[in-house]
Amino acid sequence: MPQESINKDNQELTMSLEPSESRKQPITLPKSGTGIRGLDEITAGGLPAGRPTLICGAAGSGKTLFSMEFLVHGATQFNEPGVFMAFEEKAEELAVNVASLGFDLNELQREGKIRIDHVHVERSEIEETGEYNLDGLFIRLAYAIDSIGAKRVVLDTIESLFAGLTNQAVLRSELRRLFEWLKEKGVTTIITGEKGEASLTRQGLEEYVSDCVILLDHRVENKISTRILRIVKYRGSIHGTNEYPFLIDEEGISVLPVTSLQLNHSVSSERMSSGIPALDKMLGGEGFFRASSILVSGTAGTGKTSIAGSFVDKTCSDGKRAIYFAFEESPRQIVRNMQSINIDLQSHIDAGLLQFSAARPTLNGLEMHLLNIVKLVEKFNPSVVVLDPISNLITVGSNSEVKSVLTRLIDFLQGLGITVMFTALTLNDNRTEQTDDGVSSLVDVWILVRDIESNGERNRGLYVMKSRGMKHSNQVREFVITDQGLKLVEVFLGPEGVLTGSARETQQLLEKTSEALRDHAVSRKDREIERKRFVLESKIASLKEEFESLQEELNKSYIEDELKKSIMDDNRRELTRKRDDLL
Amino acid sequence: MLEGIHQNQDWDDSDEADNHFELSLYIAGASSNSIRAVANLREICEQHLKDRYTLRVIDVHQEKSLASREQLVALPLLVKSRPYPERRMIGDMSDTQKVLKGLGLSGE
Repeated sequence: MPQESINKDNQELTMSLEPSESRKQPITLPKSGTGIRGLDEITAGGLPAGRPTLICGAAGSGKTLFSMEFLVHGATQFNEPGVFMAFEEKAEELAVNVASLGFDLNELQREGKIRIDHVHVERSEIEETGEYNLDGLFIRLAYAIDSIGAKRVVLDTIESLFAGLTNQAVLRSELRRLFEWLKEKGVTTIITGEKGEASLTRQGLEEYVSDCVILLDHRVENKISTRILRIVKYRGSIHGTNEYPFLIDEEGISVLPVTSLQLNHSVSSERMSSGIPALDKMLGGEGFFRASSILVSGTAGTGKTSIAGSFVDKTCSDGKRAIYFAFEESPRQIVRNMQSINIDLQSHIDAGLLQFSAARPTLNGLEMHLLNIVKLVEKFNPSVVVLDPISNLITVGSNSEVKSVLTRLIDFLQGLGITVMFTALTLNDNRTEQTDDGVSSLVDVWILVRDIESNGERNRGLYVMKSRGMKHSNQVREFVITDQGLKLVEVFLGPEGVLTGSARETQQLLEKTSEALRDHAVSRKDREIERKRFVLESKIASLKEEFESLQEELNKSYIEDELKKSIMDDNRRELTRKRDDLL
Repeated sequence: MLEGIHQNQDWDDSDEADNHFELSLYIAGASSNSIRAVANLREICEQHLKDRYTLRVIDVHQEKSLASREQLVALPLLVKSRPYPERRMIGDMSDTQKVLKGLGLSGE
């Protein structure tokens, strides 16, 4: 258990700070687990075993339910039978009240795991005629404890005795004796007490119960209720001291520890694509880290939901699961709208990879939303969670509450290795880059989509404001939503600054034109060279012809000479032969 | 219980037939309170209810399940089951006036 390790660390720390090192390792206080989600974490194991704990709070703050859960969990999970001494409600009433939580008190009573004793004290029926004590109660309690071997006892609400009996001095000394006696018996006891005006309880019970005091509170702000639990004191144990919101729903009480006191979740260097290749490129080429938190903020209509939809689409296409918490639009609306940019979310829903959870923020208090998210996440086990948009949550809580909830949510999700994307609406003044929820400091990646207004049109510019642990682009990209999906286009830097939209297109056309002109010029030069070559080549050909005719001419006279000479030789030989014949 | 109070006033000065007192005194062992309560009550009964009462003294330690059944909290406890209405008195019965009032005898 992580609690124990913290405990140990803490001890080691105090040990090293102690001047004398020779002391024995102290024995830690034994704890009695409550089985209430989150509470055992805050109290580092539960309530002090074998000691009384005071649960105080106003009417309707959940004291009885708290103690009943402690008892039932003890009986069912920890094999510790318990006695519930009810001063206010009858056993049957209690059984009906907790039946909604799935606790079958009657069955537990039959099995001898729980014993309910309703103590009825009515002042009008009782005349006090001198010295008395609460032996009756002691005997009763002892009998109940011994009959089932109880390890846990609840006294709810023992202060009722003060209404039934008038002798305060007797009551007080008897209560002191009772708590001492319970301690001796070694039973873990919960004593509930109604909140008083100036003190924790009306009758100052905290004076007798010095080991552990837990305060339950129920606040209603802006018509939305929040339940708060605070450990006022816990002798001999470390404990969380904050006010912890808690919830009562069909599964009983769940306490949600703020930030869980820890910042030690493991990290992943695995990357996942945002679904927009150009955005991945801006984020060091590979996209987000797994289990990171991403904030997409921007003014109205800048395509935040489209970015989220694109991310979800990519995740589901990779065969991973995702949950989309929609606080503004209905799931059908989102699915339809995404179809217009060629993102088909319906197929992922049909494949069981995508789950939508849509609720107006004002439906519940913030804590309820958080619990809803936590529960759904635990059930569905997604890789990606999208909250769209978180801005609306502010309508049900203050800034710091929203931040606290989101911090816990991020912690919770990162602990499970889940990537979370928030979208947030920024106020419409371009200069403030602060999101109204103040969450930008919490997240790992912050993508801002901003309107860029120029030349009488509005275009979207996408910035990566921050991206922890990776190289990321410092460039502004124009963010274009097309029928084919989302695209990021390089913006053009002109003499008047960044060019977007039609100005960018004009610039693109201009560049195209000059390219065409350049192409044209090049081809003309080519042709001229070709022509020149042709001319020169023909010249060369004619010179060659001339040379050949000259050569032929010369050759001709030479051959004639040769011919003449041979003929003359022949003639002379003929003449010589003829002359010889004549002789 | 309100009904009981009305009946109390009706019955105070009449109905001699139901004049027998049935009393149960629950005590916790031999504690000083218990001993005093038994002694004080016997004295009061002897003085005011001579021959018209039945007193049972019950030590709760002997039968612990009684405590829950009889809704015992403070001890000693005196229950007057008859005559109606039932009345419950706690303490060592040292305040005689209060005991008499509880028994419905304060007027005598």
